[in-house]
Amino acid sequence: MKQLMSGNVALGEAAVLSGCTHYFGYPITPQNEITEYMARRLPAAGGVFIQSESEIAAINMVLGAAAAGARAMTSSSGPGMSLKQEGISYLVADELPGVIVNVVRGGPGMGSIAGAQSDYFQATRGGGHGDYRTVVLAPASVQELTEIVPLAFELADRYRNPVIILADGILGQMMEPVDFDGLVRPADVDKPWVLTGARGRPPQSIYSLIFDTKLQEEKNWKLQRKFRLIEQNEVRYETHLVDDADMVVVAYGIGARIAKGAIKRLRDEGKKVGLLRPITLWPFPAPALQELVKATSDFFVFEMSAGQMVEDVRLALEGRGRIHFYGRPGGVAPMPVELYRIIARHYAQAQAAGGRGRR
Amino acid sequence: MNGTIRIEKERCKGCALCVEFCPRDCISLSEELNPKGYFVAAFSDGEQCNACRNCALMCPDACIEVSTA
Amino acid sequence: MSTVFQRPKLLKDVDFHYCPGCGHGIINRLLMEVIEEMGLQEDAICVAPAGCGMLLYNYFEIDVIESAHGRGAAVATGIKRVRPQNAVFSYQGDGDLAAIGTAEGLHAANRGENITVIFVNNGVYGMTGGQMAPTTLLDQVTTTTPTGRDADLAGHPVRICEVFSELDGTAYLERVAVNKPAAVVKAKKAIRKAFRCQLDGRGFSLVEILSPCPVNWKMGTVEACRWIDDAMLVYFPLGVFKDAGAAGAPAADEEVEA
Repeated sequence: MKQLMSGNVALGEAAVLSGCTHYFGYPITPQNEITEYMARRLPAAGGVFIQSESEIAAINMVLGAAAAGARAMTSSSGPGMSLKQEGISYLVADELPGVIVNVVRGGPGMGSIAGAQSDYFQATRGGGHGDYRTVVLAPASVQELTEIVPLAFELADRYRNPVIILADGILGQMMEPVDFDGLVRPADVDKPWVLTGARGRPPQSIYSLIFDTKLQEEKNWKLQRKFRLIEQNEVRYETHLVDDADMVVVAYGIGARIAKGAIKRLRDEGKKVGLLRPITLWPFPAPALQELVKATSDFFVFEMSAGQMVEDVRLALEGRGRIHFYGRPGGVAPMPVELYRIIARHYAQAQAAGGRGRR
Repeated sequence: MNGTIRIEKERCKGCALCVEFCPRDCISLSEELNPKGYFVAAFSDGEQCNACRNCALMCPDACIEVSTA
Repeated sequence: MSTVFQRPKLLKDVDFHYCPGCGHGIINRLLMEVIEEMGLQEDAICVAPAGCGMLLYNYFEIDVIESAHGRGAAVATGIKRVRPQNAVFSYQGDGDLAAIGTAEGLHAANRGENITVIFVNNGVYGMTGGQMAPTTLLDQVTTTTPTGRDADLAGHPVRICEVFSELDGTAYLERVAVNKPAAVVKAKKAIRKAFRCQLDGRGFSLVEILSPCPVNWKMGTVEACRWIDDAMLVYFPLGVFKDAGAAGAPAADEEVEA
């Protein structure tokens, strides 16, 4: 049954339906509706909600709860996400699951409270210390949250790694029809490593300090093997009108929504523009780009930032194709018609320079 | 009551807290070196020990066992 | 012939890495004695800190998790909220609780989280080589107060038990020491009472333990024990700072075999 719901609230509901039993969070705009919704909904569903004293406390509560076996979640934005980076590094090193939601706002510093895409680097490069990765999922609609949220909990449990949901302030606030009927609660997985007290088994521990550098190296390679597995198995993306495209826009999340509006106008004028929408920002759908560049020469990267995902596009294409870029940082959201004009200009330039099929 | 203690010499770090806190001077630091390179504590006077357990209470390495004779 | 004192079974057959004369060794032993005597070995979950106490998982025959520096009270909160039936305690030094972890510690106490914090106060940062701690005394020389702690620059020592006693969520707070046998006996009693407080569901319990750090105080082991009496006790008086029973009345003291 469809109901009108904001992204933040839908995210909270999807979390509860996905089996999240513990939520810890600290207020920060533009994600407060998640915290407030969980304060009402989670205890009513038999779970535990704590408003923590800081985002640092929240991520560490997630760590403790995960170590004790729970599906735990926290959410934040901007400065609060920066505070969580140490905890995320520890979650990875401890091989603990956890879902961390970033409802991105303009940055850096205190920034703005408007939705933006300014934390792509932080999310995908790992803003914390050490060699590590987290799965990063980027929803583009309120309905898509009902698939992304259970997927996040499922991947976190399966790979014993934290998962970041990279939403944004527009998605968080906007209201769209959403239907939870298709949401499947991820099955519980066996977690023999959980700390429950040493009853009927030898005591066990969870820690990440390894003084011996050779052992620390081996631990790192073990984590890397896990990340390679995730790269092989968990890439997700959407393609839209790419089969005959002379130019493929690459955009994610709210950027992709704006891009679709622009592409509709371009197509109405006969311009063959398509869209590649990464859903996993890490692992990045590099294989999809490498496939597309065999037939399409021009890629137009659009982000609501000064240019972060564009670097992953460059890395994926390895010098092939032509990359165009348009970015707006600070929480400015161009209208589809504005983006359409800019893409149209680049499209014309690309056609003049020799288009499809050229490598 | 007569008491006796047994010191696990390999664990001893020669901190001498047992020597200090024995009320009857039953323990002293010996000239024996253990594999860690510490001069180990040694039970030197079995006659005086009354199993008060002060030594074991203070031992930071939990390497003293106290018994009544 | 009968044994009247032996190494607790819950201490693994591993040598401690602590310096000669370090209070951590005594406190580790007391914890395992209490957990064994109270039958908590299958229920206890320990949160280990950053600091000299970070290797507890090598020593304790119970479940242990390592926390990031200062976050132990938040990690313990997460564990206890998932598993309220377990005896959850965090073990934290003076940097861990009174500097970087003050917010997490204070707020866990304020929320009345039903956990136990073992707070080891040795007036200095041991693991990192002897820098000033929030509990370093005025005029005390450390590697970052080479001319002695100056209140104008570095403030005054922090009295955690006193500060936490102002919070309604705290149920049991006691400061003890491990610098002589009689004190060690009292310290063990306090640890028992703290776990009893948790098991009775009365709220947050904390035992602050004045502990010698001879190497970083640049003293002999015996001298360090004396210095606790002569200098630390003047600023950090021993005693019970909070003992709130279920109905607000003081809880009964337990008779304990030393």
